[in-house]
Amino acid sequence: MRQPRRRLARTAAAFAGATVLLSGCATYGVDPGGDAQTGELTYWMWEAAQLPAYQQCASDFEALNPDIDVKIEQFGWDDYWNKLFTGFVANSAPDVFADHTSRYGEFAARGLIEPIDEQVERAGIDLGAYVTGTTELWVGPDGKRYGLPKDFDTIGLYYNKTMAEEAGVTEAQMKELTWNPVDGGTYEDVIARLTVDTNGVRGDEPGFDKDSIATYGLGLNSSGGPNGQTEWSYLTQTTGWTYMDKPAWGTEFNYDDPRFQETITWWRGLIEKGFMPPLSFTEGGSLDQQMQAGKYAMATEGSWTIANFAGLEGIELGLAPTPIGPSGQRAAMQNSLADSIFTSSPRKGAAWKWVQYLASADCQEVVARSGVVMPALASTVETSQAALSETGLDITAYTDQIREGTTFPFPAVLNSAEIQSTMTSAMDNVLAFNAEPSSLTQVNAEIDALFD
Amino acid sequence: MALTSRAARARSTADLALHVHDYRPDANGSRRERLTALAFIAPALLGFAVFYFWPTLRGLYFSFTEYDVFNRPVFVGLGNYRAILEDSTFWNAMLVTVEYVAINIATQTVLALLLAVLLHRLTRSVFVRSVIVLPYLIANVVVALVFYWMLDAQIGITNQVLGWLGTGPVAFFGDQNWAIPTIALVNTWRHLGYTALLLFAGMVMIPNDVYEAGRVDGASEWKMFWRITLPLLRPVLALVLVITVVGSFQAFDTVAVTTSGGPGDASRVIQYYIFDLAFQRLQFGYASAVSVVLFVILALVALVQLRLMRADQSDVA
Repeated sequence: MRQPRRRLARTAAAFAGATVLLSGCATYGVDPGGDAQTGELTYWMWEAAQLPAYQQCASDFEALNPDIDVKIEQFGWDDYWNKLFTGFVANSAPDVFADHTSRYGEFAARGLIEPIDEQVERAGIDLGAYVTGTTELWVGPDGKRYGLPKDFDTIGLYYNKTMAEEAGVTEAQMKELTWNPVDGGTYEDVIARLTVDTNGVRGDEPGFDKDSIATYGLGLNSSGGPNGQTEWSYLTQTTGWTYMDKPAWGTEFNYDDPRFQETITWWRGLIEKGFMPPLSFTEGGSLDQQMQAGKYAMATEGSWTIANFAGLEGIELGLAPTPIGPSGQRAAMQNSLADSIFTSSPRKGAAWKWVQYLASADCQEVVARSGVVMPALASTVETSQAALSETGLDITAYTDQIREGTTFPFPAVLNSAEIQSTMTSAMDNVLAFNAEPSSLTQVNAEIDALFD
Repeated sequence: MALTSRAARARSTADLALHVHDYRPDANGSRRERLTALAFIAPALLGFAVFYFWPTLRGLYFSFTEYDVFNRPVFVGLGNYRAILEDSTFWNAMLVTVEYVAINIATQTVLALLLAVLLHRLTRSVFVRSVIVLPYLIANVVVALVFYWMLDAQIGITNQVLGWLGTGPVAFFGDQNWAIPTIALVNTWRHLGYTALLLFAGMVMIPNDVYEAGRVDGASEWKMFWRITLPLLRPVLALVLVITVVGSFQAFDTVAVTTSGGPGDASRVIQYYIFDLAFQRLQFGYASAVSVVLFVILALVALVQLRLMRADQSDVA
């Protein structure tokens, strides 16, 4: 009888000891790093297509700065953020990395990336030289700057030219589409016209069978989650709706606004009419593959896909701007990538030189000539337009909206992962007809509550 | 009845222990032996302590805290566990996971048994035996992605065939009702051969004379399966079931590379939810609490299975 009790006491003591150990043996906080001006820099990016251009920039940069070496590593988008996060925790993140507006707010709030306001001012960098709207995207929740824009993107409408011709839809019509949430305007007319059922009957003709579709007028990528960047934001914004109380870092959201819910109601109505595939069809092949297979006649997409779509064999594609909405104007979300410096980097001096070079005319000219993405310096837009025009696509569909001032910024937020999870789930349910668009009012309250 | 037999078993184990205890040559030799034994166990023990035991304890500790990795954990007592009770996403994830495990284990076990019997009773070919484990040699992610494309609603080959047969299209991964059965069956396909091989190994251990005696008595193959193979396979089957059920509860990679838990929460299995909480939302404390709950559930499931199937006893000999 005595022995078990002693064992119990020993176990309890071990447990108590373990608790002390468990709570006390790790270090917390972010290492402040150092300001060395030389050494080997590690630079991460996720876009494989852009790698050759940036490799060229790195070589040119090394020639100018013989005492700095740049090692570029590329990881696909899905791995990128997990790897980066592990790097932050283990203090082994790259000195400089390509950053996204949907992510950097959280990094900045945790002090993981370096504000660069002082450096920008000291170097006398002219922020006005960048494409309108891009530099503002990199001012964080604390009002400090966390990156210099290196490229920008907007939204456009790809369409299958052969299908449009067969349907009697002209290029001029495609460029002057109008839309409203009540009857869908000429945008819906064209979507209906381009939809063909398996008997060859079009969506606007009598006898159309909406349950047996050969080609959908408009493709679908996903429910769009909280941003609907390529899915619905080009519509909602033309109604005067905005995501939240501020363009970025807002704390009160507007998913409960009737204008938003009406737009989503019209958009998902396309599924009921047989003009757009059900949400369930989005798992599997990608939008460009479906388009290549002739399953979709049109698709709204971001400009970063241009090299991808232009390379699709066997179909002839056109590119049109997004439709003109109730505001009398078009709207397209504009986003921009930038390079951020890791706070704990021991060579932040060298890192800044590299960041500055990446945002300079020398490097952006190289990127512009590569014709895969549009660099952010306004002076390089012409070069990049020429390079991208070789794809045969009319990229003014993307650039005109910037010139005309009809773009709006990517809605950067804090708590982005939580908002992403909550809204994706909710929007999926609306698109799958498991919930009504009015259910988003309740979801909006949940998201607002994250900021209380 | 069960109680007395358990007591009897405990007593016989105690006797055995006593017996071993008595059989000790001398104190010195025993110490040396113990040191040698420790030296042999040390690498595994160290590995276990560093990579399993310590992280488990840390996880248990974090489950009582609010922790985002970058800042010191804040002790919140049972707060995380209370939050789990009200977390509808968690309960939905549990439901989805149970559905996944039920479909996966039922199909996998029945088919693997069938395959093992065929291997055991019909062929001695090493080639055939190797072929059935081939799917297991392909990485999970690759299997998942290949099926993801083959099962696409519009351009997948499966729906092409269904179209010729006059049905479909079925959105295997995209339909909220189909997502979990599809993912479960994809994993059944991958694990089937391996499970069959384990069961086959168990069948090989059944003495052949039992079958010969059965044949002499005029028993059919069907009868011999139910009367000989299955009863004598029980301990192996129990072990295989515990391993596969526990493994099945941890389904993650197939979901991560295909549906990412969607559409909606239709395929948000518990492991994916834990990953989402910890690595996307940086709620390591809460994610740890969910992990602890999963750990307790799995321990209970394994215990019940072992008890019900009397896995520590064999009917052979």
